[in-house]
Amino acid sequence: MRAKTRAAVVASLSATALLTACGGGGGGDAGGGGSTGGGQGAGGGEIVARGCQPQNPLIGGDTGESCGHDIVELFTSTLYKYDPDTAEPKADIAESIETTDNTNFTVKIKPGYKFQDGTEVKAKNFVDAWNYTAYAPNAQYLSYFMEPIAGFADLQSEDPDGDGPQKGPKPKAAKMSGLKVVDDHTFTIKTTTPVSNLPVRLGYTAFAPQPDAFFKDPKTFADKPIGAGPYQVVSYEKGRQAVLQKFSGYSGQFGGKVDKITFRIYQDIEAAYNDLLAGNLDVADELPASALVAKKFQSDLPDRWAQKAYPAIQTIMFAPDKVSPDYANPKIRQAISMSIDRQKIINDQFDGARQPATGWGAPGTQGYAEGLCGEFCTYNPTKAKQLLAEAGGFKGKLTISYNADAAHKDWVTATCNSIRTALGVDCVAAPVTDFATFRDQIGGGKLKGMFRSGWIADYPHIENFLTPQYSTGGSSNDNKYSNPAFDKKLVEAGTLEGEASLKAYQDAEKMLATGMPSIPMWYYTAQIGWSEKMNNVKVNVASGRPDLLSATVK
Amino acid sequence: MGKYVIRRLLQMIPVVLGTTFIIYAMVFALPGDPTAGKCGDRGCPPAVVAEIREQYNLDDPVPVAYVKYLGKLATGDLGENTYGIPVTQDLAQRYAITGKLALMAIAIEAVIGILAGVLAAIRKGSFLDSLILVSTLVVISVPVFVIGVLAQFYFGVRLGWFPVTVTSRNPSMYQLLMPAIVLASLSMAYVTRLTRTNLAENLRADYVRTAKAKGLTQRRAIGLHALRNSMIPVVTFMGYDFGALLGGAIVTERIFNIQGIGGYIFQSINHRDGFAVVGAVTALVIVYLIVNLVVDLLYGVLDPRISHD
Amino acid sequence: MTDTPQQSVTATAGIEPGEPSTDVAPAREAAAPARSLTSDAWRQLRRKPAFWFSVVLIALFVAMAAFPGLFTSIDPRQVFDVRQEPSAEHWFGTDGQGYDIYSRTIHGARASILVGILTTVATTLIGGAVGILAAYFGGWLDTIVSRITDVFFAIPVLLGGILFMSAFPSDQSTPYLSVVLKVVAALTILGWPSLARLMRGSVLQVLPNDYIQAARALGASPWRIITKHVLPNSLAPILVVSTINLGVFIVAEATLSFLGIGLVPPAVSWGVAINEGLTFLRTFPHIPLFPSLFLSLGVLAFIMLGDAARDAFDPKSR
Repeated sequence: MRAKTRAAVVASLSATALLTACGGGGGGDAGGGGSTGGGQGAGGGEIVARGCQPQNPLIGGDTGESCGHDIVELFTSTLYKYDPDTAEPKADIAESIETTDNTNFTVKIKPGYKFQDGTEVKAKNFVDAWNYTAYAPNAQYLSYFMEPIAGFADLQSEDPDGDGPQKGPKPKAAKMSGLKVVDDHTFTIKTTTPVSNLPVRLGYTAFAPQPDAFFKDPKTFADKPIGAGPYQVVSYEKGRQAVLQKFSGYSGQFGGKVDKITFRIYQDIEAAYNDLLAGNLDVADELPASALVAKKFQSDLPDRWAQKAYPAIQTIMFAPDKVSPDYANPKIRQAISMSIDRQKIINDQFDGARQPATGWGAPGTQGYAEGLCGEFCTYNPTKAKQLLAEAGGFKGKLTISYNADAAHKDWVTATCNSIRTALGVDCVAAPVTDFATFRDQIGGGKLKGMFRSGWIADYPHIENFLTPQYSTGGSSNDNKYSNPAFDKKLVEAGTLEGEASLKAYQDAEKMLATGMPSIPMWYYTAQIGWSEKMNNVKVNVASGRPDLLSATVK
Repeated sequence: MGKYVIRRLLQMIPVVLGTTFIIYAMVFALPGDPTAGKCGDRGCPPAVVAEIREQYNLDDPVPVAYVKYLGKLATGDLGENTYGIPVTQDLAQRYAITGKLALMAIAIEAVIGILAGVLAAIRKGSFLDSLILVSTLVVISVPVFVIGVLAQFYFGVRLGWFPVTVTSRNPSMYQLLMPAIVLASLSMAYVTRLTRTNLAENLRADYVRTAKAKGLTQRRAIGLHALRNSMIPVVTFMGYDFGALLGGAIVTERIFNIQGIGGYIFQSINHRDGFAVVGAVTALVIVYLIVNLVVDLLYGVLDPRISHD
Repeated sequence: MTDTPQQSVTATAGIEPGEPSTDVAPAREAAAPARSLTSDAWRQLRRKPAFWFSVVLIALFVAMAAFPGLFTSIDPRQVFDVRQEPSAEHWFGTDGQGYDIYSRTIHGARASILVGILTTVATTLIGGAVGILAAYFGGWLDTIVSRITDVFFAIPVLLGGILFMSAFPSDQSTPYLSVVLKVVAALTILGWPSLARLMRGSVLQVLPNDYIQAARALGASPWRIITKHVLPNSLAPILVVSTINLGVFIVAEATLSFLGIGLVPPAVSWGVAINEGLTFLRTFPHIPLFPSLFLSLGVLAFIMLGDAARDAFDPKSR
């Protein structure tokens, strides 16, 4: 999912990125200029946006991290598109999606959408693309997005020795049984378990259709990829830049304004920021830590910045009970959580640009509700000490580990200081060289105590924060948390409709407070900046990235 | 002399081969593998993991994987990095830029450093000498990062004298000038101090006294005479500094967004991108071997009493 | 900004500049056996203000390192309001965590001085010895040593550092001194080759001199020739580079610590403080300024001491 992947990139490519990505001003739209307004600017013009090196080929099903996703999002269209202001999925290529049981879906697509090679977007372009993504030998990064679709398992290789990623035998099937083309503009989806939020998921670029040309030669296709989106790739020079131009044949309603967008690849956002100040760069998707100090960017870029919360959360994860039994008692975990003065850390380390977390989901997603963590996520040193005493105290030093190749040191240290002061137990911020080592130690059960973690929504829905991280055997369940009641509630929520479903997810989220697999810290806020020639630049609340489609040139 | 050079060139073959193995073993001994960091907190789908492990021959024992690597190397194929870019292509582009930058930095540190060193040595103990000492101290104690960021902000953003970042694939000397000066700053301190000390010492040596006695009174003549003799440590230093500037200019490259070798090696280590690291470091070893051969030959030129046969 | 190894790859290191050991005898002082080189040198040193200035500074730093409590009573981990300007209460202000910068700088002296001096001594001894042997004996020994240094130069600091520290990991229970020694060992492994080459170069230049030839003809042992004649005449360049390296090592320690392969947190050092302060360069410059100033003064003291000592011991100056 984007969450992890993005975190990875951030962690390993640009040292400062995650830190900065984490700036965020107490929720709400603290936009600088009047530029967040109507968006009826004149069309035309060329802009240069900050880019970073995509990790993978520019294929919808292979690109989860933000460097590549920013580009893919512009040249592809999907069934739904997230509204940049509300994150709500709006029908794009989809004419309608109908279901009666959240298991069998009939998708009708609008006729007339064209790929950039002139061919029409048909039902089979979706079905073939999704099958390609799911088919294990194609090794697509986002294959797990297809997991809910019936027949997904048949496209996977069985692990021959049960643990190693050894090259498995050929999968049983090449097509998922749950996908059927009915006619040129209709197909059906069958899922293995009820999925109540399918339209929300289908807005993600992993579900973009692929033109016939793609299947002939996916490898060379990715050097100059095409899709059905509002922009088309003119050139893509790895390590340097990607140039996109408005697609004249685009017939959808989510077109862009400027004629040409160049993503210039920077290794470091500090360098990009200086180029922005000098007028050599038009849009910066992140601002460096040094510019966030004392809100320096607001005077550097008068009326040319925006700050907005987006669905991403910072947490502190506990190592599994087996690895660190000292931390297994929920009372100790709750005590630690209650000894963290989130607002003070946010003020001191992020100049207020974060929003204290009150639960495990993040605002801006369907089903988010405030305060689901309750008193355990509220600073209360007296109660914290009391809980610690009830648990029999803590022997030794508490540790919070972080990957040193991203800018986590300051806030982790400040968090430890808060715990140390409130609980009277020493706490140390422990760096781990880089993200690869960090993940390796977590995966191998070698990282003890607490460690930083984060989650960016792949799709703006509360469920995305719960299932992967906290369900038994979840794909990112680093705490190895297992609570049968919680699992049951998640399944139940999938079968329900609308409000009832969301309510069930919230009930599940509440259950996490009793076991405390992780400590919610705060919600991220995106900070972006732009040059004097830009108008109407705003943050896309679904992704926390600049919304380049609505941006205009003065 | 010719025999000496040929012998040195022949020595390079086993050394380079040995290095590829050492670096190969080191990279793959690092904790975590190329898949550990690639998919963020989630971890990669098994099919992707299998593909990456296959690509890097991670399921083979290191010696077997190394032999496979050598087999490809023999055909000139250095493999692909994690972004799917052939390592050879990356190295060619990046060494071209970094090489240019390093040469400029070496030229700057040589000219300014030696000049300042000579002035300080001739006027030893004077105000000028102290001024030069203080300036070298400043560059030694202020991290390169600070010098780079301040130079970029004031001369690039504020005054607009130099480009803020390097965006071109084939940057001009002007575009690389500011980064080159920043890069040269620390080494300049070494060159200055080395020149000053050696020259001051040699100015007191017998042969200079003799030269003076013989009537070679002009300061210039003495200076050149003694200077040539004082250059051996300076040349030695600049030899290994050249390699260090190629492979270690990580901070400067990052500040000025230069797509160079230092950042490439650093990033590739972080990504556990074995082929990229082995390729880049091996190239670096070859550079050191050649530069140090040149340095050794220069010894003979600077001090004819040193011979190589 | 996360940091990347500073350019300390160039780093080499030095001997402790203050004391070229007592048996460093001048090459040609046989004529004046009554006054040893050492007493000669001492006589000359005593008259130099620069010498006394550096000695006092170094003594001050050593006192700081040994007894930080003499200089400050504030716990370096006590938290105050963040980013305060210097004031009567906080002489150097407070940093991004609200720590008292004065107290952090005083307490940081221990790690920085230890790492700086020990690494400088170790690299100089190893690099110097290897360089002399390679140059003096030449032949295959020289070939092997030189090619090894070529390979060592090229090994990236990050790669070597991570491997070294994962082979010898430190954690909260590791004794302070052994953590410091590991950092010193890691920096030494990466730092000795450049000094070896430097030493080799200057020894090569000394060997053809008449007095060496004469000593050889007289049948002096290699040990005697090296210690009595070669060493005193080839020491200058390595001393220069070593004294500068001292500062580079102090900064390099911070890079390693930052990456979790150096000192064990919550250790304080000048390098770490400078590193943490860099974010505030444009907004609160006093945060990186004070630790940088101490680092500068430390390096200055050693450079001046090295200069003075070398002048005093230089056989050519007599």
